[in-house]
Amino acid sequence: MTVPDQRLNGRDAVQKLPTGIPSFDVIAKGRLPRNRTTLISGTAGSGKTVFAMQFLAASIRDGSEPGVFVTFEESSADIRQNMRSFGWDLAAWEREGKLAFVDASPDPEVETIESGSFDLGALLARVENAVRKVGAKRVSVDSLGAMFSQFSDQSLVRRELFRIAWALKHMGVTAVLTAERVNDYGPIARFGVEEFIADNVMVLRNVLEAENRRRTIEILKFRGTDHAKGEYPFTIVPETGLVVIPLSAIRLRQKSSDIRISSGNADLDKMCGGGFFRDSVILVSGATGTGKTLTVTQFLEGGAKAGDRCLLLAFEESREQLFRNASGWGVDFEQMERDGVLRVVCDYPEVNGLEDWLIQIQSIVTEFKPKRVALDSLSALERLGGNKPFREFVIGMTSFIKQQEITGLFTSTTASLMGGTSITEAHISTLTDSIILLRYVEMFGEMKRGLTVLKMRGSIHDKDIREFNIDQAGMQIGRAFRHVTGILAGTPVHISPTDIERIWSMFEADIERKTGQPAG
Amino acid sequence: MCDEDLSAEYELQIIDVLENPQMAEDDRILATPTLIKQLPLPLRRIIGDLSDKEKVLLGLEVRAAPASTSQQKKDS
Repeated sequence: MTVPDQRLNGRDAVQKLPTGIPSFDVIAKGRLPRNRTTLISGTAGSGKTVFAMQFLAASIRDGSEPGVFVTFEESSADIRQNMRSFGWDLAAWEREGKLAFVDASPDPEVETIESGSFDLGALLARVENAVRKVGAKRVSVDSLGAMFSQFSDQSLVRRELFRIAWALKHMGVTAVLTAERVNDYGPIARFGVEEFIADNVMVLRNVLEAENRRRTIEILKFRGTDHAKGEYPFTIVPETGLVVIPLSAIRLRQKSSDIRISSGNADLDKMCGGGFFRDSVILVSGATGTGKTLTVTQFLEGGAKAGDRCLLLAFEESREQLFRNASGWGVDFEQMERDGVLRVVCDYPEVNGLEDWLIQIQSIVTEFKPKRVALDSLSALERLGGNKPFREFVIGMTSFIKQQEITGLFTSTTASLMGGTSITEAHISTLTDSIILLRYVEMFGEMKRGLTVLKMRGSIHDKDIREFNIDQAGMQIGRAFRHVTGILAGTPVHISPTDIERIWSMFEADIERKTGQPAG
Repeated sequence: MCDEDLSAEYELQIIDVLENPQMAEDDRILATPTLIKQLPLPLRRIIGDLSDKEKVLLGLEVRAAPASTSQQKKDS
């Protein structure tokens, strides 16, 4: 019998602390290592100060550990004011003895002259004094680089920073130090020494990509402990602070049920083999005017009829347009809202970044608890960022919806009128459980609309492409297109009935030859 | 230096930051040693061991205004 190596068990392993940053703990495989110093490096505006303060706020708010904030850059008065938007009342915490500032920011009113050699012993004494005064277990220092600009002798500052970092370690506190860097991709910190002071290094980035800012966090090194690798998107939300979106940490563990729900259209239900699955995500793809918003409206009406709460996220049309269109199809959104079964969130996609939308949608869903969520359309959100942020949004959105046991219906607009696919579909088609295509079909100088269920995971479905009309009662699905081929490719070709018979007879002859029996 | 260049017209207070860190906090001192000139205004700080005497006297504006009266010194 082997004896497990005791050293590898809990006691000697690195202990980790919560940071108060939602989902950060997932990418840090636990939390921030206790009694270690962690360097947060980032360009201007990447969220370093917020991270440093959130780290303290997390333990102050739950009353577990007081903290000390050492500022070299902004004055303590500015920080008190700036952090109000996150709901952190720093002045109150200071009065309660849970937080102490060490304000080492430059004072513009006092001129300082250097004459001869000196050290930063007074600063260290102040930090020690503050830690002792409140009994701090956490210390944040923001930011190291600002120290270099206050004194002319860089090597002295370097030496003194080492001394302070060393002293912090021996005070038994967990420290977060911030440092600025010039570029988002380049040397870790401006003065080239900051990273050697710390046990752990994390990088915050704020990269301009396709005219949009995208924030990411990366754990570069965690001495003696495991962490997730690569960049993870995050966003800064009022009332919360930093929120990390751990996409690759989202596990494929969604439950899948065989409970069917109505699409709101009896014929469409029939085509899907008895309705949509609950906990599934359905993509409706079509060119402009093919009836995507109508499909959404019916889906919501179907939910309301079943007594399910529905959420509509509309990014293409105004509230008034949506309500007018719905009443044109015999659906009363206003009544549904009054009954509390419908909520409509209607906004320009541009008011938020994609990460912010994801967080915002998640908080609405958590609060409203809908059974059905419709998003019209994904294509409108696509213009908010590059391919990668968009793909991450779609992954985040679909996995979140499935975990909540919600049925999601997303629409996507194809660029061409006839046939074709959109970039949206390329990203999302493997993530969705069902795909419904709406297509224009040109026949004898007339535009008709066609609908087909392309994919229906875990169920048989109608393979026909059916014609449908839109009238005051909504979508009327009719017969399948016969004698036409190439609809989905966007080049419908009419075949005369005799041609079709001839093609079929060729297949039959083939089968007869192989089996020796006439094909039934 | 005080006696030589200030004609003994000064008031000097010496504070040890290790014994009295709260005073260093209130005055926002970083470096040791730091010499603070409180009066006459403007407020001025001189950090270092004062080995560059010319710079110190210039900083204290002793050269320009030899009638300085009050100083405060902090040291560890």
